[in-house]
Amino acid sequence: MTDQTLARPEAKKRSLPHFNPVYVLVVALILAIIVMNPAFGEPTGYMNFLKRVTALAILSAGALYVIVSGGFDLSVGSIMTLTVIGSSMLASNDPNSTYWIIPLMLGIGAVVGLVNGLVVSYLKVPSLIATLGMMITLNGVAFMWSGGAPRGYLPDTFRFFGRYNITDVPVITLLPIAVICLFGFGAILWWGLHRTNFGRLLHAVGDNPQAARLAGVPVERVRISAFVVSALTAVLAGVILGGRAGVSVDIGSGFELQAITAAVIGGAQLLGGRGSVPATIAGALALEAIFTLLNLLGLAQPVRLVVQGLILIGAVALATYQRKRSGR
Amino acid sequence: MNKTVITFAVLGLMTGSAAAQAPNFDDPAEFDKQREQLTATFNGPADQIYRQYAGNEMVDTSEFATDAPWTVCFSNAGVNNPWRVVGYTNMTEEVKLHPEIGTFTHVDAEGSDDKQIADIDDLLAGGDCNILIVSPNSTAALTPAVEKACAAGLPVIVFDRGVTTDCPVTFVHPVGGYGFGIQAADHIIANVPEGGNVLMLRILPGVDVLETRASGARNMFEEAGLTILGEEFTDGDNAKTKSIVEDYLQRGNIDAVWMDAGATAVAAIEAFEDQGMDIPVITGEDQQDYLQKWRDLGFAGIAPTYPSYQWRTAIIAAVQTLKGEEVPGPEWVLPQPAITQDVLDDYINENMPPLHYAMCGCEDMPTYPEAWGGNE
Amino acid sequence: MTDASLPTAPRRFRFDRHASTILLVAAILIYVVLVVALGQTRFLTLENLVAILGRSITLGITAIGQTFAILVASIDLSVASLISASAVVTSVVMNGDPAMMLPAVAAVLALGAVVGLINGIVIAKLEVNPLIATLGMSLVIQGVLSYYYNNFAGNVPAEFQIFAYGSWGIVPYSLLFMFALAALAWFVLRFTRFGSDIYSVGGNKDAARLAGIKTANVVIGAHVICSLCAAIAGIYLASRLRSGAPWIGAEGVYDLESIAVVVIGGTVLAGGRGGIWGTMAGVIIFSLIDSIFNVASVDAFVKQVLRGIIIVAAVAFYAARSQRPVA
Repeated sequence: MTDQTLARPEAKKRSLPHFNPVYVLVVALILAIIVMNPAFGEPTGYMNFLKRVTALAILSAGALYVIVSGGFDLSVGSIMTLTVIGSSMLASNDPNSTYWIIPLMLGIGAVVGLVNGLVVSYLKVPSLIATLGMMITLNGVAFMWSGGAPRGYLPDTFRFFGRYNITDVPVITLLPIAVICLFGFGAILWWGLHRTNFGRLLHAVGDNPQAARLAGVPVERVRISAFVVSALTAVLAGVILGGRAGVSVDIGSGFELQAITAAVIGGAQLLGGRGSVPATIAGALALEAIFTLLNLLGLAQPVRLVVQGLILIGAVALATYQRKRSGR
Repeated sequence: MNKTVITFAVLGLMTGSAAAQAPNFDDPAEFDKQREQLTATFNGPADQIYRQYAGNEMVDTSEFATDAPWTVCFSNAGVNNPWRVVGYTNMTEEVKLHPEIGTFTHVDAEGSDDKQIADIDDLLAGGDCNILIVSPNSTAALTPAVEKACAAGLPVIVFDRGVTTDCPVTFVHPVGGYGFGIQAADHIIANVPEGGNVLMLRILPGVDVLETRASGARNMFEEAGLTILGEEFTDGDNAKTKSIVEDYLQRGNIDAVWMDAGATAVAAIEAFEDQGMDIPVITGEDQQDYLQKWRDLGFAGIAPTYPSYQWRTAIIAAVQTLKGEEVPGPEWVLPQPAITQDVLDDYINENMPPLHYAMCGCEDMPTYPEAWGGNE
Repeated sequence: MTDASLPTAPRRFRFDRHASTILLVAAILIYVVLVVALGQTRFLTLENLVAILGRSITLGITAIGQTFAILVASIDLSVASLISASAVVTSVVMNGDPAMMLPAVAAVLALGAVVGLINGIVIAKLEVNPLIATLGMSLVIQGVLSYYYNNFAGNVPAEFQIFAYGSWGIVPYSLLFMFALAALAWFVLRFTRFGSDIYSVGGNKDAARLAGIKTANVVIGAHVICSLCAAIAGIYLASRLRSGAPWIGAEGVYDLESIAVVVIGGTVLAGGRGGIWGTMAGVIIFSLIDSIFNVASVDAFVKQVLRGIIIVAAVAFYAARSQRPVA
């Protein structure tokens, strides 16, 4: 296929470049945390940490699909909120409801992603505006559905994924279900973006949509699929976060920007063409580790904001500088 | 970032003291006054807590007497958190009890001062209002708009947060933030031995009533010889609350968790549960989910309240004003009871939603519990 | 809409030049029909028209600046934080003293200029994606601001409240000010070298560079203007609220709303096409939507749903005919 020859050489070039600095950052941050708080080195310490970061990590890896294809998805946080509110409305305390609620929510997520993709591809609305509109709309829908306040609990079967630990595991003592989800979905998302034809097409579309179209790539279908993947992972992230935290009306707010931040720290290039699932997950870990470290240092929320802002600008400036130096 | 934004907007639980520009959140005189009011005897019908009032001062409203039907206009800061949702339901159901109210016009500022000022302008320009009820989004910013309404000859009722002008007919509010902090701190001091460790969980800095809740409690803990492990801000976010408590548990023992608002109480309790630890002394608020958790796990809990029945009282005050009857004022101070172990079961209702605020004073209304999202 | 007032080519109807006018007329029609249908004709007074126009002064001033940023193919997410910071600086420096009015305004404008300069340099020289650069800037401003202040701080003297509350007849000064600022912006874009450079750089940066335009300086200039407008919006908000607090910009969602009205006004997010009067039409459309919701007593949550759909539909109204792919 033409499009493969188009994307392949780049994929090769990408696979051997210098070590992504995000991994160094994560290791350094984790070491710093352990020095400050030795308890973090014990299983409860690092497992709690991984459990905490799972929702953001999965969400960011899914949002990366849209970023690689050259767009933005600002609606993911509202999809998480809708998932949690909707599930609590439907569950009515019935533990058996989980088995149909999660597939139903994934279905709703797929429809939302489809609408995002269609609006961007065929109505030519820039993804920033299209998904911003979707974000406002879905938050409103979640409020309308619930009447403004949660109307039910999430049953324990639903909260299983985000809340429960397998105990008495050899070596690591305990293994949260969320951490299994993190590795499982992380692997699937890695495979999809880096080992399939669809992934190659995504890179091609994000790199240069006109060239990709000329090369015979079904640009619209590829971009729509990226929005669907992003929305589906947002549902999964919602299930895990709802499991961890329980129901609240604004549970997903702010996650859209955090997901983009994590991808950017992981070296993803906004407006498309490059990005890595493992590095994005590492970006999410780095983000959460920074917050943990700042808390340990006793630095308050304002300092967190400043540090987050500077890191964001610094990461992109560094990536741009490296790209310019390597002549691409 | 967005989270902070939303929580700033979301926090509608506002102050009793009509604070001046540079707010003082550690005012011993106000602290003592509220401590007294907590246990004071209130006037008014014993079985209708939302009609009770402290003191004997009344305002004459005969100049505002008008023939029914009335148009009652309400400028709302927002319905962007569950407490305000319950309160607004109290209000609309109360309106239905008064056939004299022909039209009830509600404009919602969605948590923005700028928008609420514009909303009040709209109401003055074309609303045909007989009376204006305002639940200000913030105290200082809404004062000019309220003054403008007074100057237009409208009777104004303010509730929840105050304004820095005395032109409204009355300002309806419960005892206040210090009172909330006192009830929670008293409970912890009584149940934790000297030298014990208290973790203070707060929603955000800077919000008037929340600051007064915290400052009162902080002073009391220091006096009682308890160690404050830290004061952490949760943004009202369950996930973040859980993370904070987990981090503190890794570093040491916690004897009590004090909270300035109850929305995240269950998340804090779950952090102990998930680590397989005993639940320490906890303070929460009157949300159903917390009350039920308290009953089920049997820890030493308490639920101070910021009663949402004040939304009913605002309508009652408006009706009395338009009838020309006397109204408690210039401040209508409502009782602010705490839910304690001995009355816990009276406030639990399994059929109500998890974030229904039990101290709603709404059980006697004909539409209870359906209108509040309850079953049956 | 800038161009709508100009004679258009007689041969064919230039849809995209008139689209914002069509949307504005549609919004006005809906408003009038609704008011008449609900029998609430008391809303059709001159006072009420002024009240509607006066709803969105803060948004309007901010959006004028945002138009410059978007025209040059950039974007500014830091305006909301900057509005908060400007309002707080205004009220803290004035602190009730009329003699401090000028120094306060000067200090805030300087703050705006510096923020715009940094935004512009990071975007134009370090080539950081504008979304990230200004999001980062927003976090930094918000962090620094809330490190020092966590509530309403200071207050503006009564003399200064005239800016927000004074009026000429029934027309508030602030409304006149907003339209004067829009006229000035229109003049700059339409008649100055800098204005035409903005369109060139936004339309095609490489071509502009080849034509000898110092593109980086144009981008920096646009960002300075954008931040200055946000600073002015903060000054106005301080006057309106009597004081400033670190959350007032975020609470008004002026960052996303200003982008939305600019785009609804027909300025293309990819840069190079659009203008100030379209933005003003977008602002008035937003005010009308708010008023329509209030007149019809639309439930707060339904409002949100409708608002989201309206934003997307309005932009689709322009964009659907475009042949180019969008980001």
